[in-house]
Amino acid sequence: MRSLSTIFWLATKELRSFLRDWVLLLLMIYSFSLAIIAQAQSNAQELNNASLGVVDNDRSELSRRIAGAFLPPYFKRAEPVEERDVDHLMNTGRYTFVLDIPSHFERDVLSGRRPQMQVAVDATAMVQAGIGSGYAQQIISNEVADFVSHTAQTPPSPANLAVRIAFNPNVSTAWFTSVMGIVNNVTMLGIILVGAAVVREREHGTMDHLLVMPVSPFEIAMAKILGNALVITVAVGLSLTLVVRQLLAIPIAGSVPLFMCGVVLYLFFATSVGVFLATIARTMPQLGLLFILVSVPLQLLSGGNTPIESMPPWLGAIMQASPSTHFVSFAQAILYRGAGFEVVWLKFVEVACMGAVFLGLGLLRYRSVAAKGG
Amino acid sequence: MTATGAVARIAGVRHRYGKLLALDTISLDLPAGCMVGLIGPDGVGKSTLLGLIAGAKASQRGGLEVLGGDMTDRRHRRAVCPRIAYMPQGLGKNLYPDLSVRENIDFFGRLFGHGRAERRQRVRDLLDSTGLAPFADRPARKLSGGMRQKLGLCCSLVHDPDLLILDEPTTGVDPLSRRQFWELIDRIRARRPGMSVIVATAYMEEAERFDWLVAMNAGAVLAAGTPATLKSTTGTSTIEEAFIALLPDEVRRGHRSLRIPPRTRYDHETVIVARDLTRRFDDFTAVDHVSFDIERGEIFGFVGSNGCGKTTTMKMLTGLLPASEGTASLFGKPIATDGMQSRMRVGYMSQSFSLYTELTVRQNLELHSRLFHLPRLKAAARIADLIERFGLSAHVDQLASDVPLGIRQRLSLAVAVVHEPDLLILDEPTSGVDPLARDAFWEILIDLSRNAGVTIFVSTHFMNEAARCDRLSLMDAGRVLATGTPQSLVEARHAVSLEEAFVSYLSEAGGHAERRDWTVVSARDPARKNRGGSAYFSLRRLLAYTIRESLELIRDPIRLAFALGGTAFLMLIFGFGITTDVNSFTFAALDRDGSFESRAYLGELRGSPYFVEQPALRDAAEVQDRLKSGAVAATIEIPPGFGRDLRRGRPTEVGVWIDGAMPFRAETIRGYIAGAHSQFLADRSIRGHGSGGLAASAADVSVRFRYNQDFDSVYAMVPGLFALQLALIPAILMALAVVREKELGSIVNLYVTPVTRLEFLLGKQIPYVVVAMLNAAIMFLMAIFLFKVPLKGSFPTLLAGTLTYVVTTTAYGLVISAFTRTQIAALFGTAIMTVLPATMFAGMLTPVSSLTGFGAVLGRFFPMTYYLPISVGTFTKGLGLTDLYGHLLALVAFVPVLILLGLVLMRSQEK
Repeated sequence: MRSLSTIFWLATKELRSFLRDWVLLLLMIYSFSLAIIAQAQSNAQELNNASLGVVDNDRSELSRRIAGAFLPPYFKRAEPVEERDVDHLMNTGRYTFVLDIPSHFERDVLSGRRPQMQVAVDATAMVQAGIGSGYAQQIISNEVADFVSHTAQTPPSPANLAVRIAFNPNVSTAWFTSVMGIVNNVTMLGIILVGAAVVREREHGTMDHLLVMPVSPFEIAMAKILGNALVITVAVGLSLTLVVRQLLAIPIAGSVPLFMCGVVLYLFFATSVGVFLATIARTMPQLGLLFILVSVPLQLLSGGNTPIESMPPWLGAIMQASPSTHFVSFAQAILYRGAGFEVVWLKFVEVACMGAVFLGLGLLRYRSVAAKGG
Repeated sequence: MTATGAVARIAGVRHRYGKLLALDTISLDLPAGCMVGLIGPDGVGKSTLLGLIAGAKASQRGGLEVLGGDMTDRRHRRAVCPRIAYMPQGLGKNLYPDLSVRENIDFFGRLFGHGRAERRQRVRDLLDSTGLAPFADRPARKLSGGMRQKLGLCCSLVHDPDLLILDEPTTGVDPLSRRQFWELIDRIRARRPGMSVIVATAYMEEAERFDWLVAMNAGAVLAAGTPATLKSTTGTSTIEEAFIALLPDEVRRGHRSLRIPPRTRYDHETVIVARDLTRRFDDFTAVDHVSFDIERGEIFGFVGSNGCGKTTTMKMLTGLLPASEGTASLFGKPIATDGMQSRMRVGYMSQSFSLYTELTVRQNLELHSRLFHLPRLKAAARIADLIERFGLSAHVDQLASDVPLGIRQRLSLAVAVVHEPDLLILDEPTSGVDPLARDAFWEILIDLSRNAGVTIFVSTHFMNEAARCDRLSLMDAGRVLATGTPQSLVEARHAVSLEEAFVSYLSEAGGHAERRDWTVVSARDPARKNRGGSAYFSLRRLLAYTIRESLELIRDPIRLAFALGGTAFLMLIFGFGITTDVNSFTFAALDRDGSFESRAYLGELRGSPYFVEQPALRDAAEVQDRLKSGAVAATIEIPPGFGRDLRRGRPTEVGVWIDGAMPFRAETIRGYIAGAHSQFLADRSIRGHGSGGLAASAADVSVRFRYNQDFDSVYAMVPGLFALQLALIPAILMALAVVREKELGSIVNLYVTPVTRLEFLLGKQIPYVVVAMLNAAIMFLMAIFLFKVPLKGSFPTLLAGTLTYVVTTTAYGLVISAFTRTQIAALFGTAIMTVLPATMFAGMLTPVSSLTGFGAVLGRFFPMTYYLPISVGTFTKGLGLTDLYGHLLALVAFVPVLILLGLVLMRSQEK
């Protein structure tokens, strides 16, 4: 009871300090609003505006129709290029795709000689090259088929492939990046706000002050965790409802309260890591350096940016244990796929356990480090 | 310059920091050729005035002439700057703690353009004359306060200045070192009588020895003249009394000479017992076998210089630090680090007035009463009482950061006694507070001790405060030299004052190994030919910064480890972890047909390395469940009669569901499945099962993946990471290196020595360019041997591109450092301004040619946009200069632009 009251009052103090720092407040508002919108509009994960050149040696009706079939937003308008310039243009990255239509292409198609045409792809543009080459093949095949079916009688393809994309029918990047942006913010802010709060308290000498009062390190740490986690939770809730739902008009399939429960648990982990890092770092710059080495991999490898399945097994195994991976995975499950508690509860438990481990480690180091601070 | 004229003429100078008025229209002439003292408490504008005279701060209003010229005139400032030496406030603030004594002096010598032989000569002279010679190779941070001040003086005197400006040079230094310091100054002046010295000090007793005094309060000059004039006009016998007499009436009101009533004896009840307390930090002994007993109601003083172990001893008594050896008990119980009981009886006030400056005065009091669990009603009464008693009522709703220092100090004490403790431990509670506020503070202490029976353990470096204690211990270098009543200590040494007694104890202890007879600085007034070298550019000054920065970097293991290992670590993690290859993703099939054809169809998928099959689906309802839990990424449903329809040429449809939560993955999976589907149909038609030729086979569309036939993302990702890492880490290190100087104060050397901004920036940049190139070399080796990404193109092109690139990225850090002030802001500023453009708009994932709008603009002005084609081009595309010279030229163009921008944004004077 006494402990609860101490934690409550210290947490109130944390909140008051946070609200006084308006630069921090502005940064946080920015990262949960404008930054989310910018990421949603980035199109980084789609085929968008890909540059395309055409070497048209045929100059026929068909070759023009093929070049004309590449349309925005997926492709830019095809630009004619000369055969001899292709290497240089692709070397310098001017075009990601170059169609090479051989001479007599149309004639050969119509006479059933199955001529060959080539799509050269700059394979160093990984995302566009991968998705775009499939698109390009499809577009050309359709165009050729269409052309042929108008001029000759061919039966339609016997087996169709009906592909439906679940949870995100238009495969829109914005759906994905906006929520992942929020998830990344939670990792980043959870660690840095609490870590910086602890280090600041030590640099300002107030930590000593607290430690000579009848206040235990556990109470200090819990107060920081609660105060800052509350701020972030509120920010996440607002960002999700106002920015993602209202402004960006992205539908959310699942239960927002359930997701918020997950956020709270994950914040327990992130803030505990913050406490732990603050016991290792002696100064603010050191905390900053540590923060980058820890949080950037946590973020980038959590499966929120690139698929975990594609990592080498050892790294995948490590990341499978990381709460950030669980967080991304249950965020996707709840928000996009509408998963309920029965699907995600195990992940909740794992996140909470990892949080407890880091809090424990942080507390073990707490007093010894606080003492060295002077 | 004449000895009789004025060294500085100040006419109507006004200076403000935001809302705070630091100097309020001051007009004053400071006489040349003598020692001028500025006296007054902290925060009255002394440092501001000195900074203005030294040219470290840009003057805002009013006229200021120093050494016969206008300091607002840039040319004059450049011209006189080598003749002025400025030692800022704070022990060795302009020194570099990681550099040795010799290296520090050497650095300043280089800044003033001295050649190697001249430097060696001067360094030896200075070290000999100050007695620092035996410690020439010791890092500055390991020096005691007194030694650090001497080193600061050496660095100031290295160029034989005509005007020496010292801002509180002796604050926090023990009395013996202080005395030696002034003797040293006297000798130097005897040797160079033309030199003018301007000193600020908070020790009034020091002011007695100066030739001319300026008494300042609240940004205004109270009086100026010789010490004798000041004393005679006020009719007082000491400078301290004279100063108090000069203060305006409303400030002085209520002040009276402090009287200390005799102590009530509580049957010699002992509150603190310490026996052989010892504390070691690594190889350094901070407190060495300290023993004492403190009785109830006693005011017990700890006196000594900064860093002599006072704070460490107090921390051991509060349980903050465990003792390495020895025992201590409070109230008869041994100290435990988690003893909640004893904490309820102790109030502690640490050196820095540890308050929550972002809370108001009342909120601070309330928070502490809560933490000590005072009942609500009692707390309210107690807080009201404290506000009344400590005179805080005018400030209750102000933020603690906004109230004057004296008020903050009283609040700090109020907070420490909110729970009515029996013991108060106060660590230098009065440093930086003016004499009046100090007296008022002591009145409260005496009241607590005499009337409430509170035991007070206080540390100080003011001798007149020490004299007020009931008993005191003199400390030096971790040891107690003597303990007793002030009277008995003075008598024991046959001294006239406590200060003299302390000096006598210090001399006897001989702990100051550097102590020896001063020889006179052999300042051969040299022919003033190459003072500072060229005014505009000097390679020697530039290299001074390069050498210094490199030494510091080498000696900061954490930064160095991060600089070299950080990239390798992130490269390792990202090189393996970030991949755009989608493989081994999971699918489950619902085969409602079970025919030869349906098995052949699924066989296409099963044979592919991209697919991993999960247990088959039982029914359509399971499709959504499995997708929802993320157990499978795709499901494939083959309709009943699939084989039959296919054989008869009747249309049939395979249904596929793909998890769209990750758009990129969904798109890729869609492509793979479509490919497998066409393959299946093509196989059938080749084997002659097909009824009629397929339309798709009217032409063959082959995709040729250029540069990377297997389309393995590592060949694009590793060169991309190469570019990303060289953008991020060198920029961060560079920005931190500059802002660090701002935050720690050594930036003042840029303001007051002949070094120019260009020399400063380029000089600091060189080591980080080297570090970045080392990083590049490490990553290059990792790329080739670990990730097996060969360099197919031209190595010289990559090398030239990389070198130019790291020059631009470090310059990018310089630009950011020019407008950030704290290290943490520099760190996050750089991270935010680098990571987003680098990952999103420089071509890492989306080619630059596909960008539109704001992102495209951002990308165009980011160096990585031009380096990425060089890195990817030479590694994976096998290119050379013929294809890449355009990008290389663009990168080269960044260099002057960024450096110029950094120069323009960087200030040459403090505001």
